[in-house]
Amino acid sequence: MSAPILPLIRQPRVQRVLYPALVAVVLLGAWQALVVGMELPPYLVPSPWLMLKTLISDWAVLGSALLVTLEITLLAFVVATVAGVLISFLFVQSKLIETALFPYAVLLQVTPIVAVAPLIIIWVKNPTAAMVICASLVALFPIISNTTLGLRSIDPDLQSYFRMNRATRWQMLVRLRIPSALPYFFGGLRISSGLSLIGAVVAEFVAGTGGTGAGLAYQILQAGFRLNIPRMFAALLLISLTGVALFAAMAWLTRRALGSWHASESSHE
Amino acid sequence: MISPISCVMSESLAPTASPTAAIEVLSAEKTYPDGTHALQPVDLRIEEGEFVTLLGPSGCGKSTLLKMVAGLLAPSNGQLLLWRKPVSLLEASAQKLAFVFQSPTLMPWASVEANVRLPLDLAGVPRPEAEARVADALKLVGLDGFKASLPHALSGGMQMRVSIARSLVIEPHLLLMDEPFGALDEITRHKLDAELLGLWAAKKLTVVFVTHSIHEAVFLSTRVVMMAARPGRVVEQFEIDEPYPRSAEFMVTPQFSRYAKRLQDSLLRASHVDTDTGTTRA
Repeated sequence: MSAPILPLIRQPRVQRVLYPALVAVVLLGAWQALVVGMELPPYLVPSPWLMLKTLISDWAVLGSALLVTLEITLLAFVVATVAGVLISFLFVQSKLIETALFPYAVLLQVTPIVAVAPLIIIWVKNPTAAMVICASLVALFPIISNTTLGLRSIDPDLQSYFRMNRATRWQMLVRLRIPSALPYFFGGLRISSGLSLIGAVVAEFVAGTGGTGAGLAYQILQAGFRLNIPRMFAALLLISLTGVALFAAMAWLTRRALGSWHASESSHE
Repeated sequence: MISPISCVMSESLAPTASPTAAIEVLSAEKTYPDGTHALQPVDLRIEEGEFVTLLGPSGCGKSTLLKMVAGLLAPSNGQLLLWRKPVSLLEASAQKLAFVFQSPTLMPWASVEANVRLPLDLAGVPRPEAEARVADALKLVGLDGFKASLPHALSGGMQMRVSIARSLVIEPHLLLMDEPFGALDEITRHKLDAELLGLWAAKKLTVVFVTHSIHEAVFLSTRVVMMAARPGRVVEQFEIDEPYPRSAEFMVTPQFSRYAKRLQDSLLRASHVDTDTGTTRA
């Protein structure tokens, strides 16, 4: 049923962008109408239009703040990924190691980062490094748990087949364990990318670093003190957009890396 | 014509009696740590070139026996010899046995070609030679047009063909198959059974085939080893003394039905013994 008129709208790809966009237009329209209609002052709720204008007029401040937050987020994401993968490989070497260390991974996960961040910021001189450490700690756990699970979830028959063909430990790892773990690993990446951003924002709040190294969270704090609510909203918008962009990047990366073989990727479309 | 052979008979043969014995199972048994007696001591001798089917209900230890032959499971007692060497001592180069699992057991991320090439890659066979052998094996199972496909794009029967090609690519002397077609539909199953017989004859393979289908056992085998459950044991053996090649018509002949009836009765007798001694749990 490919009608010549409106063939685009039938495509799932177009629908996936179009429908959320329509919701956004409706919501923003309602927001704008409410603010204008009820004559709400900008220091309580700015209109979306004002928010956009502030974003452009304050871009010098907000743009550089965005770069700082992005830097911390991405560094933390990389550190968490590398450390998480290494720890997972350590865990699957022996059940003993995992049993001994896994509770501490959980401990890291359940301890609120806001409570630990002041300590880290005192201990680590370099503020950027301190914030990266905080954000990595937040993002670490999903990588560890997912990758460990993935490295362990091997088809037992396939494992027998490798053993029967006298596969070495290395062959087993490269040809069986790692490919089997990839879907789980990418699932972990998707969660951790968002957590890195959350971790970075929390770390910035706690560190409260101003000056040239100020990130978006600091701008939100400052704007709050000065009742510059439009700028606060603009900074908030940038953080949300960053999170969405990270998620989209991870989804794209997962599709590229896994192609069509894995069920979680092939059954969607 | 159809003579049940006592399995004690092979016990009297010395393991070195014939140079053509491919498999000798010497009083091998399996008891699991939790006390489950999966398999009572079995004595079995399989000659080169035979097509032997292990037939029996679930829990009769037929898969256990097959896995012990493959070296995937160690017997609790007794010994298994392949070409008169203990299973565990077989060297990788000399080990010409291939195992086909109940499911295709393919790597879902790898192409058909890469899946079939796996045993050669693991053994370090140079790429050009490996690719030529993979192409031959895929031709044998009729999948030469599907090299680049991923397993999930193939039907269940085709996936099983890939699995068989992967076994043939190492030029095995011995093919061990653990209910390989059990999950396939009837028509595909018959087709693959017939193809398997063709390969067995062409490649002069020795095949040990596990199934719970009486008809499949009669159609394929030179010999059927009947097994019973609780405890798992060998009950009787039947020579299927019918000429090859066997076609689908063989399955509607009176001889075929007679063999099937014999096996059925044997299976029932084995169950009755259980009932008499009160060891069967319904």
